[in-house]
Amino acid sequence: MDTIVIEDLVAIVGADNVSTAKNDRITHSYDATQERHLPAVVVYAETAAQVSAVVRLANRYRLPVLPRGAGSGFTGGTLPIHGGIVLVLTRMDRIIDIDSDNLVAEVEPGVVTATLQREVERLGLFYPPDPASKEFSTLGGNVAECAGGPRCVKYGVTKDYVLGLEVVTPTGDIIRTGGRTLKNVVGYDLTRLFVGSEGTLGIITRIILKLLPKPAAKKTMLVQFSTIDGAAEAVSAIIGAKIIPTTLEFMDAATIDCIRGVSRVAIAADCRAILIIEVDGDAEVLDRQAEKILSIIGSFGILETRIAATDAESEEIWQVRRIVSPSLRKVNPDKFNEDIVVPRSKVPEMIRALEKIAADYRVPIVNFGHAGDGNIHVNVMVDLRQAGMSGTVEKVMDEIFRAAVGLRGSISGEHGIGTAKARYLSLELDPATIAYMRTIKTALDPNNILNPGKIFIEGRQLTAAEPVVAVS
Amino acid sequence: MSRNKTLEDFAEVIRACVKCGVCQAHCPTYQVERREGAAARGKIALAAALLDGEIGLDRGLRNDITMCLMCGSCVDKCPNKVPTNEIVGAIRREVTDQQGLSLLGKGVATVLHSPNLLQTLVKGGALLSPLVFKKIPESSGLRLRFPTPVMPGRTVPELPRHNLFDRVPELCQGRPGKSMVGFFAGCAISYISPQIGEAMVAILQRMGFGVYLPRGQRCCGMPALSSGAGKLVEELSAANVAAFADQPVEYIVTACGSCNGGIGEYYRTMRADYGDFTAKVIDFSVFLQEQGLFAELAGMAKKPVRHRVSYHDPCHLKTQGITRQPRELLKSLANVDYIEMEDAASCCGLGGTFSVHHYRESQAIGARKVRGLRESGAELLATTCPGCIIQLQDTINHAGLKVRAVHILELLAEAMA
Repeated sequence: MDTIVIEDLVAIVGADNVSTAKNDRITHSYDATQERHLPAVVVYAETAAQVSAVVRLANRYRLPVLPRGAGSGFTGGTLPIHGGIVLVLTRMDRIIDIDSDNLVAEVEPGVVTATLQREVERLGLFYPPDPASKEFSTLGGNVAECAGGPRCVKYGVTKDYVLGLEVVTPTGDIIRTGGRTLKNVVGYDLTRLFVGSEGTLGIITRIILKLLPKPAAKKTMLVQFSTIDGAAEAVSAIIGAKIIPTTLEFMDAATIDCIRGVSRVAIAADCRAILIIEVDGDAEVLDRQAEKILSIIGSFGILETRIAATDAESEEIWQVRRIVSPSLRKVNPDKFNEDIVVPRSKVPEMIRALEKIAADYRVPIVNFGHAGDGNIHVNVMVDLRQAGMSGTVEKVMDEIFRAAVGLRGSISGEHGIGTAKARYLSLELDPATIAYMRTIKTALDPNNILNPGKIFIEGRQLTAAEPVVAVS
Repeated sequence: MSRNKTLEDFAEVIRACVKCGVCQAHCPTYQVERREGAAARGKIALAAALLDGEIGLDRGLRNDITMCLMCGSCVDKCPNKVPTNEIVGAIRREVTDQQGLSLLGKGVATVLHSPNLLQTLVKGGALLSPLVFKKIPESSGLRLRFPTPVMPGRTVPELPRHNLFDRVPELCQGRPGKSMVGFFAGCAISYISPQIGEAMVAILQRMGFGVYLPRGQRCCGMPALSSGAGKLVEELSAANVAAFADQPVEYIVTACGSCNGGIGEYYRTMRADYGDFTAKVIDFSVFLQEQGLFAELAGMAKKPVRHRVSYHDPCHLKTQGITRQPRELLKSLANVDYIEMEDAASCCGLGGTFSVHHYRESQAIGARKVRGLRESGAELLATTCPGCIIQLQDTINHAGLKVRAVHILELLAEAMA
C-alpha cells in the first residue's frame, strides 16, 4: 500500500493504531464465517472524529472501509473482500451514561453487549436483546446486524431498543439520528435505516438505547415431547392463550440425538422434541403462569416436565441448550448454520420441509432455535471432504431458503445477509425492492467505499472509477 | 526426540478453531487490549499461518505471541477445546530455538538450572534488590517474575531469611497405617512464603500422614515454559519426577495453583512416561476434602472474632474445575466469614513471565478485580497460589485498598491453632 496513505492514516490516529504488518492483516482477515480476506491496512479508531477523517481519506483514495467490532458475525459483514482498511472500533468501548430516570443508556459501539447488561442490571434495569454471542459481540455490531436472541419472543429485537445514533456517513460527515426520547417524529426515521444496514450506509459511533425495569424473577421449564408436532402445537397453544413467555426454545429429534448422554438432564428414550420455556415477572404470578402453561400444553404428548425451583436448576436446564452447538460436530465435521424465520404457526410445516430436504439429499439437518418467534437455526452437517458435497450443500441451502420464503418467512432472522446470503436475496425481495435499496446505497455512498460487496451481489464491484491506490 | 510437543503436533486442533470469537470473553489480555492479536482466536490464526508458511516468526507475530498468560481460560470455554495455551508454548519454543532466549528468559534459565544459586540469592536476602542486578544483570530465578528495576512501582513482599527446606525436615514419619504424602512446594512457597509450606506440612502431620519434602525437587517449570525454554522444562520435569521416586508416596500434594498446573497438567501433555507421577498430583484443597477434613473443620465452633474473607480463583485451578473445594474449605473455617466477590474468577494478571514483559497490561488485568473486591467489603482476599498473592497484593496496594492477600493455608493454620 502506498506510503502516502499510511502517513495520512498515522496523522489521523497515531502510529500505534495503524498497521500493515502481516500478523495484523492476518488477525483481521476473518469472522465467524471462517472465510479469509486480507485487508491492506488495519486501523484502530477511538473517536468519531477519527472515524470521520479515515472515511474522508478513504474517499480520496477510493479505498474500501470495513468497520469491525468483535468479528463474530456469521455472514461476512466485516470481511475485507476487496482489501482496503479494516477500521476496528473495539476500543471505543465507553458506557457514556446510564440514565435511571429516563430508562436510557448511551454507549460507544465497542461496548460488549453483556457488559452493558451487567451494568444496567446493577441498577435494577434491563437491556433484553441477548444474541448467543452476547458475552463477546459488540453493541455496534448488534445494531448493524439487528441482533436477536431467545428473549426476543417477548421483548423484541435490537431495533426495538435503539432510540438514537451518531453515525459517520460514507462521505465522512457526522450526523445524529433520533434522540433520548421514546417519541420523536422529526424527519425521516434514519435510526431504523441504519439498524441492520450491515456497515454499508454509515459507521455507528454512538448508540442511545432504551432500557426496561429488570423483571423481579423468572421460572424455567424443560418439557420433553414424543413428537415435534406435539411441541409445535404446544407453542401455538401457549401463544393462543395470550401468554408470551420470555423464551420458547425448541430442539428437534436430530438435536436431541446429539446431546443425549452429554446433558445433565436425563432425556427420555422416546423423546423427539424438547421445549425450554421461561417466564419472567413478579414472583407471585410466576407460579400461576407456569401452572397455566403446563395445563394448556398437557394434551400434546408430554413425556416429562421439569420445573426449575432454584437458579442452579434453571442453569441446569439452560446447559442443555448451550451444549447443543458444541455437540453438533459429532454428526459431521462441517456445519452450515442458517437462521431462517417463518411465521410462528408455520414452524411444524417448515420442520417437515426440512426433514424432506434432508431425506432427498441424504444430508443430516439439525434444527433448534427460537420456536416462539419462528426463528429456526438450521444446521446442515456435512463432510466437505466427500466428493461433490459443496454442490449438494448449495442445492440444499437453496431449497431451504425457498421453503422459508414460500411459507412467508425470511432467509435471515438475525444474522444478516453480508456475503454469505447475498446470492439468495432475490429469493425474498423483488427487483423493485432491491433497486430501491441500492438507490439508497448509491446515493449515500457514491464511491462505494463502505463495506462494498455486501448484501447486494450486484454491488460486488468497486466503483466504475479505478481505485486511485492499488490495494495490495 | 524432544519431550515437548512441536507446533506441527497441533496442526489438526489448530484447524478445529471455527473463529466463533467466544475466547474474547475469557481472554484476559484481549479484555484489556481489545485487539484481535491479543485474543486466542488471533493466535490460532497466526499459528495456522505459520504452519502454512504464510508468515514467519517476525517481530509482529512474536509480540502477539507474548500477549498470552497461558492461563487456559480460553480453552475451558472453547466449543472445540482448542489448546491455545499449549500452542502458544510451542510457538515460543520455536522462537527460542530459532532466535535464542530473550534476555529475561536467559536469566530464568541461569537461575533455575542452578538450585544453589537460587538458594544463595535468597539467603543473602537480596533476591529482589538492585544489587543483585549488578551481578546478574539478566534477571534471575523467582525474580524473573518480579525484576523491580524493569518494573518500577511493583510492590513485592519482604523475603524471609530461612527457606522452607531450612525449616522442615525432608522426611516426617506419619502414624502407622497412614499414607506417605509427597509435598511439591514450588519456588514461591520454598523461598518467599515458607510459612505457607510449614502450615501445609503441619496439617498433613496432624492428620497423621507422613510427609516427604524431597530436597531434589526443582521449579515446576511454568516460568521456563512461559519463556519458551523447552529444554529447561524437560530437565526440570525429569528432575521432579526423579525426586519423588525415592519414597513410596501415594499422593503429591501442591499448595500452588501454578505448580499444580505445571507438574500435573503440563507434564501430562509431554511425550514422556510420566503417568505414574502426574496421576498422584493433587491440589491440597481437593486432597483435604477427600480426606474428610472439611467436615471436621465445619464441626468446630465459630470464633467470636472472624475475618471477612473473599476468594480469588487461580487460573490453573479454575481451568481444571477446582473452584468449589477452596470455597468450601474457607466456609468451613471457624475464623472466617466467607463473602463471594464479583469477578472472583478473573485472572490476577501475573501469568508466568507475562507481567515482566507487559507490566502495564498485567496491572490493567489485575485492576479489573478491584471493583468486586471493594464492593465485597472483604478484609482478606484468600487464594491458593503464591504467585497470585504477590500480584493481588500489588493490585490492592495500587488501588489503595486496606485488604491483605493471603493463602488459604495461613487461615487454616490459624483456625486450627
